[in-house]
Formats: sequence, C-alpha cells, structure tokens
Amino acid sequence: MSTTTLVAPSAQPRVTRIVTAITRSRELAIALVLVVILLAATTKRHTFLFSHDGWRDTLLSPSILLVLAIGEMVVIVTRNVDLSVGSTLGISAYVTGKIFIAHPGIPLIAVFVAGLLVGAVLGAINGLLVTIFKVPALVITLGTLYIYRGFLTHELGSGRINADDFPANFQKLGTQQILTIPVLTLIGLFALVLVGYYLQTARGGRELYAVGSDPDAAVLYGLPTGRRVFGAFVLCGSLAGLAGVFSVARYATAFSGTGLNLELQAVAAVVIGGVAIFGGSGTVWGAAIGAFLLITIDRALPILGISDFWQGAVVGALILGSICLDRLLSMRRTHRLIEARDDA
Amino acid sequence: MPENPTLELQDVAKAFGSVLALRSGTLTVFPGSIHALVGENGAGKSTLVKVVAGVYRRDAGEFRLGGESVDFGSTAESKDAGIAVIYQEPTLFPDLSVTENIFMGRQPVGSSRRIDKPAMYGEARGLFQRLGVDIDPRRQALGLSIADQQIIEIAKAISLNARLLIMDEPTAALSGNEVERLFAVARSLRDEGRALVFISHRFDEVFALCDTVTVMRDGAYISTDAVAETTEAAIVSKMVGREVDDLFPKSATEVGDVVLEVQGLNSFGEFHDISFQVRAGEIVGLAGLVGAGRSEIARAVVGVDRYDSGSVTVAGKRVRGGHPRSAIRAGVAFVPEDRRQQGLVLESSVARNIASVIRSGLSRSGLLTNGVENTAAGPWAARLQVKTSALDMKAVTMSGGNQQKVVIAKWLATNPRLLIIDEPTRGIDIGTKAEVHRLLSELAGQGMAILMISSELPEVLGMADRVLVVCEGRITADIPRDDATPENVMRAATSFSDTEAKETA
Amino acid sequence: MSTTADRATAPASSRTYPAYSRPWVLRTLLTREFAVIALLVLVYVYSSVNIAYFDSSLTIYNLLRDNAPILMMALPMTLIIITGEIDLSVSSTLAVSAATAGVLVKEHSVPIGLAVVIALLLGCVLGALNGFLVAYVGLPSLAVTIGTLALYRGLTEGLIQTNRIAQFPPSWQDLASKHLGGVTSPWPLVLVPMVVLTIVFGLLLHFTTFGRGVYEIGNSSEAAHFSGVEVARTKFLLFVLSGLVASFAGIYVMLRADSVATDTGTGTELKVIASVLLGGVSIFGGRGAMHGVIAGVLLIAVLNSALLLDNQGSEIIQIIIGLLLVVSVISSSLLQRIRSLVPRRVPAIRPTNAPTAGDESRKVAP
Repeated sequence: MSTTTLVAPSAQPRVTRIVTAITRSRELAIALVLVVILLAATTKRHTFLFSHDGWRDTLLSPSILLVLAIGEMVVIVTRNVDLSVGSTLGISAYVTGKIFIAHPGIPLIAVFVAGLLVGAVLGAINGLLVTIFKVPALVITLGTLYIYRGFLTHELGSGRINADDFPANFQKLGTQQILTIPVLTLIGLFALVLVGYYLQTARGGRELYAVGSDPDAAVLYGLPTGRRVFGAFVLCGSLAGLAGVFSVARYATAFSGTGLNLELQAVAAVVIGGVAIFGGSGTVWGAAIGAFLLITIDRALPILGISDFWQGAVVGALILGSICLDRLLSMRRTHRLIEARDDA
Repeated sequence: MPENPTLELQDVAKAFGSVLALRSGTLTVFPGSIHALVGENGAGKSTLVKVVAGVYRRDAGEFRLGGESVDFGSTAESKDAGIAVIYQEPTLFPDLSVTENIFMGRQPVGSSRRIDKPAMYGEARGLFQRLGVDIDPRRQALGLSIADQQIIEIAKAISLNARLLIMDEPTAALSGNEVERLFAVARSLRDEGRALVFISHRFDEVFALCDTVTVMRDGAYISTDAVAETTEAAIVSKMVGREVDDLFPKSATEVGDVVLEVQGLNSFGEFHDISFQVRAGEIVGLAGLVGAGRSEIARAVVGVDRYDSGSVTVAGKRVRGGHPRSAIRAGVAFVPEDRRQQGLVLESSVARNIASVIRSGLSRSGLLTNGVENTAAGPWAARLQVKTSALDMKAVTMSGGNQQKVVIAKWLATNPRLLIIDEPTRGIDIGTKAEVHRLLSELAGQGMAILMISSELPEVLGMADRVLVVCEGRITADIPRDDATPENVMRAATSFSDTEAKETA
Repeated sequence: MSTTADRATAPASSRTYPAYSRPWVLRTLLTREFAVIALLVLVYVYSSVNIAYFDSSLTIYNLLRDNAPILMMALPMTLIIITGEIDLSVSSTLAVSAATAGVLVKEHSVPIGLAVVIALLLGCVLGALNGFLVAYVGLPSLAVTIGTLALYRGLTEGLIQTNRIAQFPPSWQDLASKHLGGVTSPWPLVLVPMVVLTIVFGLLLHFTTFGRGVYEIGNSSEAAHFSGVEVARTKFLLFVLSGLVASFAGIYVMLRADSVATDTGTGTELKVIASVLLGGVSIFGGRGAMHGVIAGVLLIAVLNSALLLDNQGSEIIQIIIGLLLVVSVISSSLLQRIRSLVPRRVPAIRPTNAPTAGDESRKVAP
C-alpha cells in the first residue's frame, strides 16, 4: 500500500474502453431481453415485426410510456420520485382537447407547446413544494396525484372529449410515419437524445447524479441542489405534459381516467432500465429501453402463447428480477473493488 | 508580519439549540504560512472550520477574508471566495468517477457548455501525478479506502486553486509515506503564497509542518505562538488547561480469568487472522490508525458484523457471528465509536435509550410501559450523572459528553462481563472525559474486562494494561503497559505489510 | 437478562429525574395526532349539524362498512412506515387473495371455509416474499413492492381471466353485511375484527419491546442493530402481517361485493398510505402513533361520506385528500423550522462537539 493504492489507470485505448463499457453495461442486458422477445414473437408470427401495422405498433405503442419514463428517470436519479405523472398526463390531455374545441384551426406546434407548458407548471408545483419545504417527494407527489386527478374529474365529470373534437391532421399525427418511423416515437426519441446528452455532458446533468448519489455531500460541494431538483421536476412534468398530447393524438380521446395508474408503470420502466431507486446511478437510455420492453412484452405475450391475462405477472416478475440483478451486480462490483484494494 | 492576513476571525460564536459549540473563535492566518489549529476534541475546531466553509452561519463575531468582512450562506459562496476545505470525513459521491468527484460543479467546459471530458481526465491525471498516486481517473469512488478518499479530497482542494486551504485532520488515516506526500504538497502550496490551516492531533506533524500554532479550548481562543518559539509541553498544557497526569487515573487491578477469547478471526476486506484475549479486571487498548480495522474487529466480536472464519468465545461460551443478541446474552456490552449513528437513537428519549437493551426483561406478560422503562432507567442515569431535566428529553438535545454517558448507562444496565468501548472520549468535554476514565478504571477494578479502542495515544498509554496494535487489518504488536511508548505503538501501527508482518515488543 | 439482578446492581440513586418534562395535558394536546383527532371531531360535528341524514345510523353503518378494509390495512402499514419502509402491494395482495378464494370456491368447488384459510395463508406467503426481499436481500421496499404490486395484480388477472366470480353462499355474504345487534344498529359486524386488530396492533406498537424496536429501526436502524434489535426479522414479520391483513381485507371485500374482479381494490394502496401519513406518521420512519392513524382513516372516511351526502362529486374528496396530505407534511416541516428559529433556554456555557463533527463514519468504503 506504499504508493500504488489502487487499480492502475486504464491504459486501454478509447475504443476498447467504450466497447468494454457497452458490453458490460446494464442497458445492454435489458436490450438483449427486448431483442429476444421481439425475435421470439416474430418467429412465431411474422407480422409482429414484418408488416406495416406490426412495425408501426412496435415503435408507436411505447411512445407515451417512453416520454414518461425519461422524465421519471431524471427525477429518480436525484433521489426523488414523481407519482403525479399520470395525473399530469391526464390534465395535459384535457387541456389539449379544450384548446382544439376553442380554436379548431390552431397550429399543431402550439398544442405541443401548450401541453409542455401545462406539464411544466404542474411539475413546478411539485418541485417547489419538495425543494422549499424540504419534504419527501413521495408524499408530495402522492398528494398532487390526487389533487391533479381530482381537478381533472371535476372539470370533465363523466364526460369525455371525443374524436370529433379534434382536427383530422392532429388525429392523423397519431399514426403518421416518417421513413416508416411513427412521428410520436420520433419526438420521443428526440426528447430522449436531448435529455441523455444533457445528463452526460452538461454540468447540470452531472449535478443531478451528484445530488442523488449523496445529497449531503452535494450541499458541502456547494452544488445548487434545490435548483437541480426543482429543474428535474419541471422537466418530468413537461414530459408528462407532452405524453398527454401524445395520448390524445394516439387515442383521440380525453376523459377523467386518461393516464390513470401510469405513474407506477413509469417508475417500473425506470427501475427495469437499471436506474437505482435511491438515485445516483443509471442512464436514461436504460429507462427508455425499459419502457419499450414493458410495452413490447404486453404485445408479445399473447403471440407467444401466454394469455395476456398473465402479462401483469410477467411485468412484476421482470421488475423484481431486475432489481435483484442490480443488487447482485453491485455486490460483485464492491467485492471486486475491495479485492483490488487489498491486493494493491 | 508585513502582509495583510488572508483570514481573520475575531470572537466568532456558534450555537446549536442549547449547545454552544463555539464561544469565541479567533484565528488570523497570513499568506505563505501553514497555521496549526490545535485543541482537544470538542474544543470547537470543526465548528470554526464549518463557519469558514459556509456550512454554518456564525451567530456573532468578525469574519474577514483578505481584509473584507464576509458572511457565507453556503459552501458555494466560500468556494467562490477561494476557500477550500478538506473535512475530517471525506464526502464523496460513491456512484461517480473520482474525476467527477474532483470537478463536480466546475468541470472544464468546451464549446456550447459541453463538459470537456478529455481535459477533465487529463487534469485529474496531472493532479494525481503531483500527489504521487496511481489512481485511475475513471474509477468509481465506491470502494476507495479511507486514505484514497482523503487523496481525492486533497486533489479536489488543490484543483480549486484556493487562496486559503483548510485541512481538518487530514492525516488521521494516512500512513507515513502518505503523510510525507501530503506535507510536500502543503509546503509547495505555501511557497506559492497560499494560506493553509492544518488541524491535527499529532504534535510531531505540527512541529514538522507548521510555522504558527493557535490553541483552542472549550470553544474559545487561548493563544497563538510561532512554532519555533514554543514547545509541545506548553501547547499541551494550554490545550488541556491542567496537568496531563490527572486525566488518566488508571489504578492497578487484579487480573482474573480470560473473559474474551478471539481466535483466528477473518473478514474479507476488513481484517485477517485476529487472535487475542481479554481477562477480567484488565483494560486492553486497541491502537492503530483510523481505518486500520480496529472498529471492524470490535464490531465482529460483538456480532454487529458477520465474519468469514474464526471464533469468539465469551466466558467459555461461543458467540454467534452477525448476531448482537447472542453477544449481549453472553454479557458483552459495546459502546460504538459513532454514538450519534450507532450508540443512540437520537430521536428517542433518555429513558428509552437507557432501557433499550434491557427492556425485554422489563416487560410483564409481554407488555411494556413508559413507567417501567422510566423506573429502570432513572437509577442508571443517576449513576452516570447524566445531565437532563427529565427522562423524556430526546437524546438529540444533549451535549456529546452527556450522550456518551447515556450510551454507557444503557450498557452498564445490562450488567456486562465485558465492555468494548470504541473511542470512549471522542468529542466530549474534558470534565466528562475524566469522569469516563475514572469510571473505566473503577469498572476494571470491579472485575470487568474492558477492551478500549482509541486514536488518542495518551489515552491508550494512560489507561491500558496492555496495548494491541492493529495495522492493515492485522494485529502487529501486543505491548504490556510498562513497555508501551508512543514510539513503539506508532511503529507497529505503521508497520505495513511491505516491511514486516509481525512484531512483538 | 434478568432484570431483578440488573436493578439490584443499579446503585442507590444520588439523584432522581422527573419522568416527563411537560405536564400530561401538554404532552397529549400538542401533538400531530391530537390535531388530526380535533379536525376529525370538528368535521364530524359540523357535518352532523349541517348535512341532512349524516348522523343517521345507516350513514355510520355504511361509513364503517366501506372503510373497514382501509382501516385494517392501515394498521400493519403504520408499523411498516414507522420502520422506514413502505408496502405498495397491499391492494394487489387483497385482490389476489380474494381471487384465489373465489376461484377455489366457484371453479373448484372447494368449501368456502377452507378456501378462506388457503387465501389467508397465501396472503402470508405474498407478504413473506416482500419481507424476504426487503429484510434479508436488502432491496429497497419502494422498488420491491412496486414489482409485487404488478406481480400480484397480474396473478389476479391470470386467475380470474374472463370468468365471473360471484354468488357466494348467502350465509357468508351475511357476515360482511350483518349489523351488530338489530338491523337499525349503526355497527356492522366487521367492526369486531376491526376493533380487535386495532387493539392488537396498537398494543404491539406502543406496549411491547417489538414496538420499541419498530421505532428504533425507523429512527436509526444502525443503532437498533447495535443494541440487539432484530432488524431484519422485525421487518420480515411486518410484511407478513401486512400480507395477512390485506388478505383478510380481500376476503371481506369479496363477500361484501359478492364478486371479485380483476380490478378489485385497485388504487387502495395509495388511500391506505395517504391515511397513515395524514395520521401523523413520518414517511422517513421513526415517528407516528396508532390513534393518529385511526383518526386519519376516519377523517378521510367522514369527509368522503359527508361530501357525498352533500351531493358533491367524488373528485372533491380526492382533491381534499391530496391537499390534506400536502398540507400535513408541509406543516410539520414548517413547525420544525419555526421551532429551530426560536432560541431555546440559554444554556450554561459548556463546550461540546458540533453535531456533525468528530466521527470518521465511512461514507464510501463498504
């Protein structure tokens, strides 16, 4: 232990290092599961992937959960959680409908902006409550889950906004494709790349990880923890708002139950994607793959001969399996690091 | 001195609730100087450091930096003002790479505010070279040894390019080589004209490194002298405010039968091949550097941690590993090093804390009431002279010394055969310290076996009948009271595997 | 450890301490729990005076009957949250137990008594799975129980599929709707198990060594472990109890509705947790009391019932629950801040260590 205290610096060239990092990554494992399921379902039924509708649905169905999971991941990485995303999605869907009823000819981009803004405001409420009062996000967002949903039900009652209320070009957007890739999925992937890039290369992004890794240390470092957590909630809310617009485009309806119970699915996608529930580690890519996996399993199970009634059980088992796997991997990693330390 | 001081503190005070942690902190540090700040645990040094660092806001007093009065509301502000602090306990983000830990919040950015990773890793590599360590800049901080964590902290502080660097006991967990390396860095920073504050308990380090020394006692400023014009004895008497000999009233005792027998204890990554005995009426000191594995050994013996192989026998009975109840039943009491996290339930009342281990014996037909707990706890609080207005006061409101008394009371209530006490007097005031020492001596006199872990050499040498020294998870020496000197204990504590494996004095 | 011996060794006290720092009245009245109780009484009295039929025995009967599952599940949930964990899977456990009993009776002609016993055992097993993963594997309960929430709900869907599970023996159905005493009495039979469970869990939490351990685990699981509290076993047992009670609630819900569906009890977990938190239990663990939780459950129930009678939509109650939750956590945070601003009694000057200083607790190294 005289001078060499640690594992020697990696002398590997950059490419080797990146390849090793990818092959060892948690994201790859989950992506492989996704590929296996896609392959199995396609072998069983060709049209699952190799047909116009099959291809479209494979990409399109996860788009809503995808954007929710991206936002949820950013909040979870700071050691918080947002349970109100389902309700936020519902309200955004409702506002989207309202806008179309009031201004039938409004440009689509304005609707997307409105959805984002509505979500941002609702997310900001969560963020303010959590950061100003320093109270647990779980309780606050459980509260706002009820409040936002209650507000939605109060506005809509048992009524619903229907397909007739939406202009045709907006409804078409729900299934429209560019180069065979659905537009909604493209938007979702665009959001994914933006957030992923931010988390990896911006100071603010790295600080989100730091805050989640050790909040007390983050304060000692002088990081703006409150601002970061607030920002995470605003982002999460905005993306839930975007998901609300997606939901209307895709299903051409908004009612008091839009987005109900989606919050736990979003958390599940994030957890399956290898993001630690207590923050500090994981990637948004993992969360995105988690979202694709959850939805794809849903669609693939009946084809694989498993009644889709068991779909929920499979998803549950998947969540449990992935957190157990994470535990195992981290234990092995710690063991290896100690071994390296002792051998040095 | 010709220049204006970098840092000036005048009668700075800070209170936490009912506890006045810092009464009148006064400190003047000049550029190009390494200034030692010494004082006993609880003298207020750490609080003073945290005021300077912006962790706490002072309640009163003057605080000037480079001649200007400042008042930091956050650590970010003090950092921006050019202050870097290395805390006693490293504060790293375990999930992130060591490089990110160094540069978090101020990473080098390229165009479009994107973090310039190659530059960042390059800088980290440069820092590690300067510090003479071989650390992979991409390595995760998780699993670093305490010494390596400290190195990361130092690299972080250096990279800040600060005009004032404060090091709060940076050497507690370092080996001789590592200390030398740190000193070389500190001297080169001084020669660049920066001001450094160095807090340490080791006088040889103070004399080797520093030019000025300020002594604090009981939360207040005592004196400032040039190191060249003072002596260790003079500093010690100012720190303590009385003769040192009074502090360790260990009386000779009859040593009886073996109470604790540890044989071939191993725990992966913590300690190896530990065997020793503690007899009735004997105080055995367990010395060594912080992080050498002393506390880990104690934790395994009392069943708090599991171990891989070996055996622990108390009064002839095997104690199950990883099972504190088993050790408690065998008559083992354990006062842990971290009383706020491990020794006490801070949010719980004095009575519940004291009764927490004996309460299963207090319940009648399965039911337990506050009344019974209070009745049982009262006499023990009195025995230890705990200062509290009522038994339902929460432990969190008490001073360190009083908290320690509550922990000891809780364990004495179990009527133990063996008392294992980890850092018995850390962070408590002098009066209580003497009380604790007197108590330990008295208990040994009554035939209790005591295993005492301490980082304070005078305490070990004054109290222990026998000193076991731990280094890198192995026992490297077993020295009887009469042969024990600071020199041979320290030598054994730093006899790393590359020199000699075993040494018996 | 023999206590008589311990007390014998305790020396004659040179000093005695009062047991309490504040008089009984203050200790009782100035608490979160009492605030919730006061609010409950206030709402109840206001509703009785202002809302027609609110004080009728039928209203009370319905209120108790409908909220029995929430109250029962809130009991073990209280203990779990006090240890700092959470169980989100209770509503799914409720559903899968009911579905199991229902399917056994209707599809496999198992005698209903036996089916109920099997369902209760299943509840224990499902709780034990949660408990095992949380207590012994050491996984975060939030993630584990989100997983089992999905898993157990999935099992329910798999068990029931498209079948209609209904029409249980009338004698059993009666158990869920019977009044204690005459038909005009406001007390449903389910009040009996409710009260029994409440007493059991109340005693367990407040008057046993186990309960003391529960608080200690929540406040500092490390300190609890150091003083010999069986942290893992305690948590495991609590999850098993939670599964058992949820399963009992499932049987009750099944009999009361005379049917089980794939969505039976969906979302109840959040209502249960909301009630517990409203009752003053801290989500961080270590704080809370049973009487507060009971008041929390009843407060939501009374509000719900009053607003329905007042012809308000069910969404108003949702908004109110949400607001109460948010306000309740914010208020305790605010109170703490205000308290920390008010200087305490000026102490005798006495040196001591800063709260966070002095311990090289190892943050990174395992």
